Amino acid sequence: MSGAASLMEVALFAVLALVAIVAALVVITHRHPVYSALCLVITMLSIAFLFLLLRSEFLWVMQITVYAGAVMVLFLFVIMLLDLRREERPWRFPENRLQVGVGTLLALALVAELIVMAVAVRLPGGAGGGISPEVVAAQGHTQLLGRLLYTEYVFPFEVTSVILLVAIVGAMVLAKKRVE
Amino acid sequence: MLGFLVLSLGKIVVVFGCLMLTVAYMTWVERKVISDFQVRLGPTRVGPFGLLQPIADGIKLFFKEDLIPSQVDRTIYLLAPALSLAPALIAFAVIPFGDTTTLFGLLPAPLGMHITDINVGVLYIFAISSLGVYGIVLAGWASNSKYALLGGLRASAQMISYELSMGLSIVGVVMMAGSLSLVDIVKAQGELGVWFIVPQALGFCIFFCCALAETNRAPFDLPEAETELVAGFHVEYSSMKFAMFFMAEYANMITAAALATTLFLGGWRGPVLPPVVWFLLKVFAVLYVFIWFRATLPRFRYDQLMAFGWKRLLPLALLNALVTAAVIVGVS
Repeated sequence: MSGAASLMEVALFAVLALVAIVAALVVITHRHPVYSALCLVITMLSIAFLFLLLRSEFLWVMQITVYAGAVMVLFLFVIMLLDLRREERPWRFPENRLQVGVGTLLALALVAELIVMAVAVRLPGGAGGGISPEVVAAQGHTQLLGRLLYTEYVFPFEVTSVILLVAIVGAMVLAKKRVE
Repeated sequence: MLGFLVLSLGKIVVVFGCLMLTVAYMTWVERKVISDFQVRLGPTRVGPFGLLQPIADGIKLFFKEDLIPSQVDRTIYLLAPALSLAPALIAFAVIPFGDTTTLFGLLPAPLGMHITDINVGVLYIFAISSLGVYGIVLAGWASNSKYALLGGLRASAQMISYELSMGLSIVGVVMMAGSLSLVDIVKAQGELGVWFIVPQALGFCIFFCCALAETNRAPFDLPEAETELVAGFHVEYSSMKFAMFFMAEYANMITAAALATTLFLGGWRGPVLPPVVWFLLKVFAVLYVFIWFRATLPRFRYDQLMAFGWKRLLPLALLNALVTAAVIVGVS
């Protein structure tokens, strides 16, 4: 039975990953901003369900609320600020050498990072920090994450909050200035 | 494995059937209650007490001509009603409507009376309902109509603003129960011996206001204000597509009432009567108040809506969370 269950998991992973990648490609190639934004929602949802496959319920719902929900704001930008018609120019490969170069470099860096992480987690006493699927199943994912955030990682957590607060205050200041 | 699948599917079919039936009959309840408030009779012609009215309405909507305006964005226009209805229905998956049952001894092991119990049930409902706004905004945009677009934009601003206060209003409940699972929250209210509406009265009021706003009900029905926007985001829709928006609104209302019942009114707990009956009684009591509000209050103006959400509800919700946290720390 566990064989069938893991086969199911692999199949689900394949489908979700495929949907995420295809939707992400449509985001950057589609000529209509509304469809691009809609495909971004699909990408975010697929990633959310990948978290669920990892038994990370909290990250699953947060991915939906924060990322899939936040694309709504993008929609509003599109509707209110952009011309709503489909772009006339046909799609072609970007000609700017610098753009292509930097993009490729960043993509390669990301792949390298993923490989390093995937190897490091498998090393004994590696990046997992003693947290195995069994530990997560025993203590509950949300509880474990909450405890870590408010003990070991409390400083980075608070710094992030302050940075976000600065962004909010900055947005308020800029918006007020324009009204006067 | 197979037994699990059959049981789960069975539960989904039963809950879905009951939910859709309640959605249909909520239209009858709403018309009857409103007419009572306005000293009228309401529907009386179709069946005894007009009880067959929802079925007649359903058949009528099904056979109506389906008009699609010529300048719409076809794909999104057709997708929007489904995007609106689907989140409203799947949010119901984590609501517990009873304790465990063996179906009068038919089952070998007791079966939990909820489709599923997940670790993060409350957050799941918020996540799913935050997706519900896409259907409304996309409908408003794809219809290529000024009324619909304005309705869609209003809906997005309103739902994003009130989602925040709604999330904060239940932090007190989550802290008192020590869990995000709805089954555990009902259990915690049983152990405490008192419904969470008593210690969390302010939280309940904030939650109720936000629930009205999130479901676009009066006095927060700006997205479909008849007097200014004709019907708002669904003005260009007809036949079953219109019916799907209608069903989504009622399904959202029922989910909100069920969530209020579970979080604040002790869920399915109650003496003498069976749990399911208690659950239904409480849900319908909350739904009655929803309709009562509609019959009583005039619609908010847009600036009042924003000021109420950001300057009143949000600080109050923060205060509620702060005081609850202080009391819990002080007691323990």
